[in-house]
Amino acid sequence: MENKISVSNLNFFYGKAQALYDISLEVPEREVVAFIGPSGCGKSTFLRTLNRMNDTIPIARVDGGVMVDGENIYAPGTDVVALRRKVGMVFQKSNPFPKSIFENVAYGIKINGIHTSKTDLNDRVEKALHDAALWNEVKDRLNTSAFGLSGGQQQRLCIARALAVQPEVILMDEPASALDPIATQKIEELVVELKREYTIVIVTHNMHQASRVSDRTAFFMLGKLVEYNKTEKMFQNPDQKMTEDYITGRFG
Amino acid sequence: MAITATPKDRNRRLVNTVMTSLTASCAVFVTALLLLIIGYIAIRGFSSISFQFLTDTPKPVGEGGGIGNSILGSAIMTLLAAVIGMPVGIAAGVYLAEYGRNWYGNTVRFVADTLIGIPSIIIGIFIYTVVVLPMGRQSGLAGGIALAVIMIPIVARTTEEMIRLVPNAMREGALALGAPQWRVAWNIVLPAAASGIATGAMLAVARVTGETAPLLFTALNSRFYNYYLDQPMSSLTVQIFNYATGPFEVEHAMAWAATLILVGTILIINVLVRTVTKRRY
Repeated sequence: MENKISVSNLNFFYGKAQALYDISLEVPEREVVAFIGPSGCGKSTFLRTLNRMNDTIPIARVDGGVMVDGENIYAPGTDVVALRRKVGMVFQKSNPFPKSIFENVAYGIKINGIHTSKTDLNDRVEKALHDAALWNEVKDRLNTSAFGLSGGQQQRLCIARALAVQPEVILMDEPASALDPIATQKIEELVVELKREYTIVIVTHNMHQASRVSDRTAFFMLGKLVEYNKTEKMFQNPDQKMTEDYITGRFG
Repeated sequence: MAITATPKDRNRRLVNTVMTSLTASCAVFVTALLLLIIGYIAIRGFSSISFQFLTDTPKPVGEGGGIGNSILGSAIMTLLAAVIGMPVGIAAGVYLAEYGRNWYGNTVRFVADTLIGIPSIIIGIFIYTVVVLPMGRQSGLAGGIALAVIMIPIVARTTEEMIRLVPNAMREGALALGAPQWRVAWNIVLPAAASGIATGAMLAVARVTGETAPLLFTALNSRFYNYYLDQPMSSLTVQIFNYATGPFEVEHAMAWAATLILVGTILIINVLVRTVTKRRY
């Protein structure tokens, strides 16, 4: 299987403080990779280096290479806007825009000029909402405010919004951490479903979630990648003692 | 642990009561002062208000006269100030909030704050020097520009404050969809802050409507209906000043009536802003 993302010797700094140490890993195409680890271990920071969201932090500095489809995304000629279109992101807290449900999904399509006509725009919005398993719940109120949706629905709306611009990779930063078990289950089912078309990297605090949805799991600790393996192996017979201790709940 | 009141508890309750009544009476005092002023103006001014007073131009004493041209002049100059001041102020506020985390932004912020604190008569003198002198005469244009200069820093700073209230998560959401930063500012952040910005802008309008000093040098006054921006223009505030400083009782009465119109307008703008923004949420 092809590697969609390939990271080599990545170091990351907030000002003088180093947050990530010498991280190398590969994300195969159309697989789900989960990042686990205690709070502050750098998993979210690492996730945000993959679509250069850290660029918005003035003091952030990256050293090392991140290749997406064989292209170094930190190379001087890289267009960050094009990169983010290819590598979409879903955040921990759902962050719909203060617009209607329809406009939320249509926004990314419009700014990137993906649609060819009004009908095409409508079709794309509908498809994205279908793919995010939200269509049936919102089809009769597309023009009402996105803030009228429940927390779980808002998060699926954000996923639909990300899908609508046709990314190839979706980064998810603890997408279900603020949701109840039923809404969480829907998101998890969705992740497994989306794997058929997309490459997904998901950060999670919930180890059961990692074991349920992912093909591979990476365990981070204090800014270092401790272990990266097939999920089955990680949860049954990890190579590192530290991984085992964390997964079995002996610390963290 | 006993739950009956000890002397210490009684003491605390006493202090609490005293403090609450003290702050409450200060609040009553402030409100009473405002009501007193508005009430007094209403009593003194109301009897002189008539349709003729609202539409007529000033006349020699004894022949009636009114403030029609002053109302028009104030409206024109305030509108001009808003047309110049709002876009510049809002754009500057967007810059300060979205891009202004550097030495340049800090400088602009400091200058804006200083400008807000400068007595408005000084802005009048400044505009007199840079607009009136080169033009060779006072004009509505100069008056409008002076009011705009007063408005810009107020609008810029309130816009900045309002934009800073927009959660960062919303910006990141748009950036993650491949939106360039200017589009994020323009069609996500600005609409999200729109009602707050509108409030700030309208309060700035209310503020400049009541300015007198900057207009004395720049727009001067006029006894006639004037629609031309390059001619001296009357305003409510300057006309109030003229009537109030006149020697005759009739003029004083007209000053009170004009004051009532001015205060009423400002009050209406404020109330309007509050009701409109309340409906949004």
